[in-house]
Amino acid sequence: MKALMVILLSAMLTDNFVLSKFMGICPFLGVSKKLDSASGMGIAVTFVMICATAVTYPIHHAVLVPNGLEYFDTVVFILVIALFVQLVETALKKTIPSLYKSLGVYLPLITTNCAVLGVTVLNIDNSYSFVQSIVNSFGAGLGFMLALVIFSGVRKKMEYADIPETFKGVPATLIAASIVSVSFMGFSGLFS
Amino acid sequence: MTYLVPVLILGVCGLAAAILLTAASKLFYVEVDERVEKISQSLPQANCGACGYAGCADYADAIVNSGAPTNLCRPGGADAAQKIAGVLGTAAAEVVPMAAVVRCSGDCNATQTKFEFDGVQSCKAAKRFYSGTGSCKYGCLGYGDCMSVCEHDAIRIENGIAKVIPNRCGACGQCAAVCPNSLISIRPLAKHIDVFCSSKDNGKATKLNCKNGCIGCRICEKKCPNEAIHVNDFHASIDYEKCTNCGECMKACPAKVIHSCEV
Repeated sequence: MKALMVILLSAMLTDNFVLSKFMGICPFLGVSKKLDSASGMGIAVTFVMICATAVTYPIHHAVLVPNGLEYFDTVVFILVIALFVQLVETALKKTIPSLYKSLGVYLPLITTNCAVLGVTVLNIDNSYSFVQSIVNSFGAGLGFMLALVIFSGVRKKMEYADIPETFKGVPATLIAASIVSVSFMGFSGLFS
Repeated sequence: MTYLVPVLILGVCGLAAAILLTAASKLFYVEVDERVEKISQSLPQANCGACGYAGCADYADAIVNSGAPTNLCRPGGADAAQKIAGVLGTAAAEVVPMAAVVRCSGDCNATQTKFEFDGVQSCKAAKRFYSGTGSCKYGCLGYGDCMSVCEHDAIRIENGIAKVIPNRCGACGQCAAVCPNSLISIRPLAKHIDVFCSSKDNGKATKLNCKNGCIGCRICEKKCPNEAIHVNDFHASIDYEKCTNCGECMKACPAKVIHSCEV
């Protein structure tokens, strides 16, 4: 149980996918303007990560490894991720149209979000068990959401800040992102 | 055999995914109002945003679902309004044709150059560098930021200042948004008389910087029979609601800065 907690918290904080591993930067910068779309995106990514892990793990160990097809991971995993993204998209369109609209192009872009493929591949690389893999994906998803939610708060403050003309827009956003990343570096060594 | 297994695995995975997705799309099927699609097709698809919505599809959606006015599409004009009305089965709303105007007449003959500018050749960059090279800091910078955003090819730089060709203009307002000196506005096409100066300096300072500037003498104000022209911030501006195109201000203006936009 303790080992699982360590995996969960380190995936969330010390090895935060966005702020420590530079994965999934595109939705991190794109969807963090508003709190509700940031949290919606976080939930969608978390859902896709968990589902993708739940399917890719058995596929890897039961189908690919016995046939000596480990090199096939990437192709099959991308297929599975694309499937779940498409599922989330159709489901969201029906159930929460406003969230579907505010996520816009970033919703299908979860398919190419390297954080999602990253977590499924890292689970295999770290030779986690099934439960550990699911917990790791959950932690990674929560970490992604945490980063987005924190950053959306920062960006809201930035709207009222008097930013020098040259830095307005993207440059200021990137600088703020780096500072948030620095704050997450404070967690390093917490669980070692 | 070496190739068969991976191909088979991928095929099975793909098939399973396809079946799942088909089931999901049946389960979560969303009915789309076919009128939205039809209205969207009758719009110009320029996605300019002049209507106040995020794009043509968004505007079409707003017309059907939230009762937005049908005459907001400026590039489409009366034509688009008619088509939309046809889809909705209502009478076409009246469309006032609009066009952009550049309120500056400080061309190269009227103004002096303060210095040579070798930086990025755009109005935005030049404006940041001591308000541009021209002697009048309110005037047209002449690097054609408006010309490059115009999707209708309706703006030309002539003798150092931007000129709008009214019958080409789609009145989308993109030029107005990029002009760093806010010289461009969207006005009713029919009211063709306008004041071609936006200088906020007093008469003497304006005249010093530009031969064609408005000196704020208020003669037009007195001559106008409809009280449609007023001098604020040392330059005249016209209230299009009241203007009747009589041309009295044009005749009276000593600086000849009021004239007709029609080419």
